[in-house]
Amino acid sequence: MTYIFLQHYWCFVVALLAALLVFLMFVQGANTLIFSLGRTADERRLVVNATGRKWEFTFTTLVTFGGAFFASYPLFYSTSFGGAYWLWMVILFSFVLQAISYEFQNKMGNLLGAKTFQWLLVLNGILGPLLLGGAVATFFTGSNFIVDKGNIVDSQILNPQSSIFNPQLIISRWANASHGLDALLNPWNLVMGFAVFFLARILGCLYIHKQVEDKAFDNHNRIVQPLLRSTILFLGFFLAFVAHILTCEGYAVEPQTGVVFMEPYKYLHNLLDMWPLLVVLLIGVVFVLFGILWSLTHKAYKRGFWVVGFGTVVTVTVLLLLTAWNDTAYYPSTADLQSSLTMQNSSSSEFTLRTMFYVSLLIPFVLAYIVYAWRAIDKKELTIDEINADHAY
Amino acid sequence: MTHLLNIDMAMVDWARAQFALTAIYHWLFVPLTLGLAVVMGIMETLYYRTGKEFWKQTAQFWQRLFGINFAMGIATGIILEFEFGTNWSNYSYLVGDIFGAPLAVEGIVAFFMESTFVAVMFFGWKKVSKGFHLASTWLTGLGATISAWWILVANSWMQHPVGQAFNPDTMRNEMTSFAEVALSPVAVDKFVHTVLSAWVLGAVFVVGVSSWYLLKKRHQEFACKSLRVGAIFGLISSALIMLSGHHSAYTVAQTQPMKLAAMEALYKGGNDQALTIIAGINPFQQPDYEAEDEAPLKIAVPYALSFLATNDLHGYVPGVRDILDGYTRPDGTRELSLDEKIERGRSAISALAEYRKQKGEGDSELPALQSSLKENMPYFGYGYVTERSQVVPYIPVCFYAFRVMVGGGCLFILLFLIMLWKPKTWSYWLAILCIPVAYIVSEAGWLVAEFGRQPWTIQDMLPTWVSVSQLGSSSVMITFLLFLILFTTLLAVEINIMCKAIKKGPETNNP
Repeated sequence: MTYIFLQHYWCFVVALLAALLVFLMFVQGANTLIFSLGRTADERRLVVNATGRKWEFTFTTLVTFGGAFFASYPLFYSTSFGGAYWLWMVILFSFVLQAISYEFQNKMGNLLGAKTFQWLLVLNGILGPLLLGGAVATFFTGSNFIVDKGNIVDSQILNPQSSIFNPQLIISRWANASHGLDALLNPWNLVMGFAVFFLARILGCLYIHKQVEDKAFDNHNRIVQPLLRSTILFLGFFLAFVAHILTCEGYAVEPQTGVVFMEPYKYLHNLLDMWPLLVVLLIGVVFVLFGILWSLTHKAYKRGFWVVGFGTVVTVTVLLLLTAWNDTAYYPSTADLQSSLTMQNSSSSEFTLRTMFYVSLLIPFVLAYIVYAWRAIDKKELTIDEINADHAY
Repeated sequence: MTHLLNIDMAMVDWARAQFALTAIYHWLFVPLTLGLAVVMGIMETLYYRTGKEFWKQTAQFWQRLFGINFAMGIATGIILEFEFGTNWSNYSYLVGDIFGAPLAVEGIVAFFMESTFVAVMFFGWKKVSKGFHLASTWLTGLGATISAWWILVANSWMQHPVGQAFNPDTMRNEMTSFAEVALSPVAVDKFVHTVLSAWVLGAVFVVGVSSWYLLKKRHQEFACKSLRVGAIFGLISSALIMLSGHHSAYTVAQTQPMKLAAMEALYKGGNDQALTIIAGINPFQQPDYEAEDEAPLKIAVPYALSFLATNDLHGYVPGVRDILDGYTRPDGTRELSLDEKIERGRSAISALAEYRKQKGEGDSELPALQSSLKENMPYFGYGYVTERSQVVPYIPVCFYAFRVMVGGGCLFILLFLIMLWKPKTWSYWLAILCIPVAYIVSEAGWLVAEFGRQPWTIQDMLPTWVSVSQLGSSSVMITFLLFLILFTTLLAVEINIMCKAIKKGPETNNP
């Protein structure tokens, strides 16, 4: 295993975790529909309990995604999280609210009322996918930061007697005062954010359709209408974003020198240069479209969730790989082009990547027990009787 | 200029305060998760072996309380992981090559185990076999405990960095031995001591809740049996924690002598040192350790500190002033004074700056610079220190927190013994009172460990003011206040839900 292989491998693992996170945000998507899918208190409880048995997976994947990114690309972690402070803080706040909203909402002694927590789930359902989607889009559109590793010593040499904090010591700095909120001023980040948001709603509809057994939800129109609306909007935003990235300039890296430069049609070139990824991307898109269309037109078809889910994971993984593989700067700086992060200038050492590679061999084992436990819990559809008779949120 | 710089320093303090706030809140929930995990595992094992419905309902009751607590633990935990990046950007880059690995392993190995099997534990009673359910309950606890292992590995590395070397080409510390990081003696001590303390807290909680039912004469069979299981579990954990506590103190003395000196308010050390039981230290003011020889109104156990720190009644223990001025260890080696360390640290910074300048220009001085860097790198962090007071942690907090921790531990041993021997009405009240005390004791342990490490984010390598992100103090202050309001509100809701669930009681046939 060479260092270059390990850098590519860890880029793939992080991209895959991000893609799994987008898929698992079906929890958030369904939660935005609590009040439209669930028209009575019981129906709302069904929606909440259906996603409530899975929310920990989304949460855990988000945390593992963060941990894996930290371990493999620490300069990204320090630059993005320390720089885009407000963007990440809003995302984290929304996930904190989600974590307690399931457990607390229908418990005796809940001081804030069940509806408060249901609205908090809706809030997380909107902000989580929208802002995470926007954050992911910055891998294509760039962010406003400057990196200088020498700061930590150069500044101290100039002023060794400074007894207090010297901001010039900081290696990664945001180039404006907005600390990440400026990402929301770029329309293409919002376009990607909305695409992820509506994709999450699609997956959420399909999961409720698959998992909940209730007369109200057996009425196909209850699912079809929000599914159709979300599909139309998702396709609009997703296709616009894909068209944009395939025609825009991208952030290329000169492999010998590490110099970053703008290259017209860079992401299109990446797809053509790495044609197997193009094939996989097309397969992913076909799965997404087939799963949605079949679910819309066949009332009894309940596997749409898995078909669209598979397509989502594949598509998102490929899109993220386009930002890093084939000599591309995956976290470009719009403030200083040469501060852009590449796999080579921001990864952990070869020793750490290799050590973590061996740890990552546990992932198939982890996946195996997740699948086993998931099937055990989901083998029967959820009913209101089960909620009333058993442990439930 | 002074005004601006003060604002920047305020940012460092706000960042510290925010991390402390989130860690303190997180640590309110984690110990009960770890402690109850064992208790409910024991109860369900009894159900599995006897087939008695009573044990199933007992296990389910403790699992309900576990669930309420678990959600808050997760909610407060996610913030901590990302705060390393958001508030401590320089830190994340400079040591991410080492520090990120335990966090990633924690996610892959522990969090998924926890989150997968907790769902089976709560929702799987009628969906999976008894054996699979029992395994899920234990695996939920195991996942939480493994998670504790990895985060404490990361924390221990901050207290005593091992298995790493500085790479001047990448300008960061890089891992050289995963085994040294993962199995560092400090990590082993910290894990054992922390998990045992969590078990004690869980046991106090179970004994306290059971005592309440006995006082109310409700669910008496459930309460008697739970109390017995809790007290035995607590007593065993307490006995073990005394051993691990002694070993932890010994390790701290070897690796972080300033922390031990602060815990003991030991200003001038020496041989035959006594262990202070209590002394009259003003909690709101750093004592004058430069002028005083010992804390006023001191009551102490002769030779006990020397034994605790060196395993020898006559062993040498350095005080704050000794560490600042330098001292000779019993083996004849010399610990440098602070001034010497500062000089060495500045030499390391200068050598690194020069190395960066000359690299790529083919200069023949590079090997000499590398050699200077290697020699002085252990003191790198001291290059950013300018005053003696900067390297002395706030003594009153360390001193009192240590006594609260040890005193509370002794109280709980007494409680468990009484509960197993001859419980009376007053002892039930004592047990209830001990629940909040257990939380205070648990947090005191955290304060000893983390306040005692100050001013270092990584011992001797990186002070807090070089570790932060470039943020305005107002940004961090706002998020600090938002977290404070949010977590306090949620804590109030959680306590109320927990009280109602306890009031409702288990669904046993004996009301």
